[in-house]
Amino acid sequence: MADNGDEDSEYRIKVGDCVVLKRGDIFKAMQIQLGKKVIFEKQWIFLDKAVGQLYSTTFDIVSGGNLLPQKPKNADDASDAKEAGTDNRNIVDDGKSQKLTRDDIETLKEQGLKGQEIIQQLIDNSSTFRDKTEYAQDKYIKKKKKKYENTVTILKPSCRILAMMYHGREPGKICHLRYDTLAQMLTLGNVHAGSKVLVFETCAGLVLGSVMERMGGYGSVIQMYPGGGPVRAGMESFGFPAHFHDTLHEFPICHVNALLAGTLDTTDKHSSAVEKQSDQDKEKEQNQPKAEQAGEQQDGPEDPNMETVTAEEARVEKEKKEKEKRKEAKAQEKRMKLAAAVAQLEGRNADGLIIASRFHPSSVVMGLLKFLAPSRPFVIYSQYREALIECFTKLKEHGGTVNVRLTDTWLRHYQVLPNRTHPLLLMSGGGGYLLSGTTVATDTAKPSGSQRVEEPAAKRQKLTDTEG
Amino acid sequence: MSFVEYSDVIQDGDVAIVYLGIDSTMPIKVQKGAQTQTRYGVIRHSTDLIGQRYGSKVTCSKGGWVHVLHPTPELWTVSLPHRTQILYTTDIATITMMLELKPGSVVCESGTGSGSLSHAILRTIAPTGHLHTVEFHQQRAEKVAEEFKEHRVDHLVTVRNQDVCKDGFGVTGVADAVFLDIPSPWEAVRHAKTALKRQGGRVCSFSPCIEQVQKTCQALMDQGFEELSSVEVLLRVHDVRVVSMPLPDFGPDPSAPPGPDSRGEAPNHASISLKTTTPPREIPGHTGYLTFATKPRT
Repeated sequence: MADNGDEDSEYRIKVGDCVVLKRGDIFKAMQIQLGKKVIFEKQWIFLDKAVGQLYSTTFDIVSGGNLLPQKPKNADDASDAKEAGTDNRNIVDDGKSQKLTRDDIETLKEQGLKGQEIIQQLIDNSSTFRDKTEYAQDKYIKKKKKKYENTVTILKPSCRILAMMYHGREPGKICHLRYDTLAQMLTLGNVHAGSKVLVFETCAGLVLGSVMERMGGYGSVIQMYPGGGPVRAGMESFGFPAHFHDTLHEFPICHVNALLAGTLDTTDKHSSAVEKQSDQDKEKEQNQPKAEQAGEQQDGPEDPNMETVTAEEARVEKEKKEKEKRKEAKAQEKRMKLAAAVAQLEGRNADGLIIASRFHPSSVVMGLLKFLAPSRPFVIYSQYREALIECFTKLKEHGGTVNVRLTDTWLRHYQVLPNRTHPLLLMSGGGGYLLSGTTVATDTAKPSGSQRVEEPAAKRQKLTDTEG
Repeated sequence: MSFVEYSDVIQDGDVAIVYLGIDSTMPIKVQKGAQTQTRYGVIRHSTDLIGQRYGSKVTCSKGGWVHVLHPTPELWTVSLPHRTQILYTTDIATITMMLELKPGSVVCESGTGSGSLSHAILRTIAPTGHLHTVEFHQQRAEKVAEEFKEHRVDHLVTVRNQDVCKDGFGVTGVADAVFLDIPSPWEAVRHAKTALKRQGGRVCSFSPCIEQVQKTCQALMDQGFEELSSVEVLLRVHDVRVVSMPLPDFGPDPSAPPGPDSRGEAPNHASISLKTTTPPREIPGHTGYLTFATKPRT
């Protein structure tokens, strides 16, 4: 069946795509860029030849680090009846059964022999191979394949793949959140298209991205973030289409109390201390005193009487003004974004709350729970059980929640082969803990049907420069 | 109200979940003039439910109170009337992520059973996806179709009353994911392959017995599926409680300096209070094995 190019275009790798490289159980997220050398499993490769190929294609890495799509697999040699033994009673493991030396193997590699061919050489030069049982031969071949096959598969990113990648590669970056625990969070939190979900995480953006994948670009996600700015690297690895980003808002937690108290004003020119701080940092870099710029802004069009102004000076003036304009536009954009986030939050009608961070969970949830509507789920992840025990206690004391449960999941992988089925020898020691529950109307909640009273304008105060 | 979209106020015709306590929930079909008995007394729908906010506290006739919650697939799973053994949230969550379900996914499922997993799938694939679910038992198929309608998700699902092992899912080349929870899943693997998109997709089979798993893995390999993975997931619940542990009395300590009121009397009834968790006495130790695989492009 011939491939219809158009039908498959969304399945083809393009320049700029976020992809995940895979070999066996090793994953690595990266972006397709032409002419760029990337490192994967101690090898330098170019991804150029992958462009235009289909996702999930497996490539051989050939000389020069280029990729070559593999031909479709032929019938496995293992299916041919091979000479094999019955047990290992006569096999002595003296380390001398392989006749090829390390140097010999290096030579074969340099000669350009493919992985499969090297493995065949190893089999042919092993004095004990044919005495091994069929199962032992299988195991031997699998082990050599893992070592000598020089392939990489390029996958489209998904929550499943990225969660496994982060857990295997950099668990510290995601607070040791195991992928099945993440799966529980997304389901217990009832994350779905069209809802409004609050996310507070310090998991490199993985949790944020996973939530966004389950929202499909519908509804909205508000990322509450500590510090100077939201971390989104993990989210970017998902490679979402542009319109998904329209549903994503961010809100610095340093303003949570002000927002809850109704004293947050987003129209102030020097709106938030956060933006101000980063502005000031930028200014220090440029080494321009603010007063000078303010002074320049108040200038009208260039004084026509100043005939002594040189063309050079005029151009520098102009550049300064443009830079100032751009800065102001940026600040304005930031204020608008903040206002948009505030608009999402101030109704206190969020549909879900997901917390997964290194911060102490009790304090986080007590601060953010107020933004949730009644009868909505919340899920809190912590690497440590005691932190959630405390959280549980606080929630019970505070009231307003039901069905609060502290759980964790136990995950076990199996090897399933004829006559060789058993659980794997190693398993994950722990994947973290979850505290989940549902909000209910508190006794002080307004009776049903009444509108929320508007905050009187007089109550609002501009943020002073001393804050933050 | 719908199982795929939140609403704020309880209305006539809604399905709501009454929360009575931990591990005690009850679904209610809200109807003008109707009443529901609970162990705390009677709930009168017209006065206690209709027009109230979801999440409200409702005082029942005997004086006790309950909360009324907006339905979610998770609450449904623990409250629904069982017609078959069902899948619980722990397995459902794992399946959802490992099958890469998201809005717009097209999923084939068999057997539908009591619809526990079905509701969770519908919630995840809404508003643009579709679920094709096959149930060979006629009454169960009809009952679950009725529930989908009451839960306002029927536009997202097609129920077929047929035998998936013989007649497949009723669609070809459209599914992103296939889920099997039937006695002989190996007989349905080729139908799973047919239902999946040509460009590829994910499959999952749930079986309580290891022999079933072995046969299914063999069938998957024979049909060219890749990336086979069999796992089991178990939920452990930690019950938070304060425990008091008495201190042992080793008798008066002659070397210790005399305290304010020690006149040679041994300290008594001293104990330490601990906040800790205890496991429940018995936990579900096994539900089933989950086998996942990927269909490559064909």
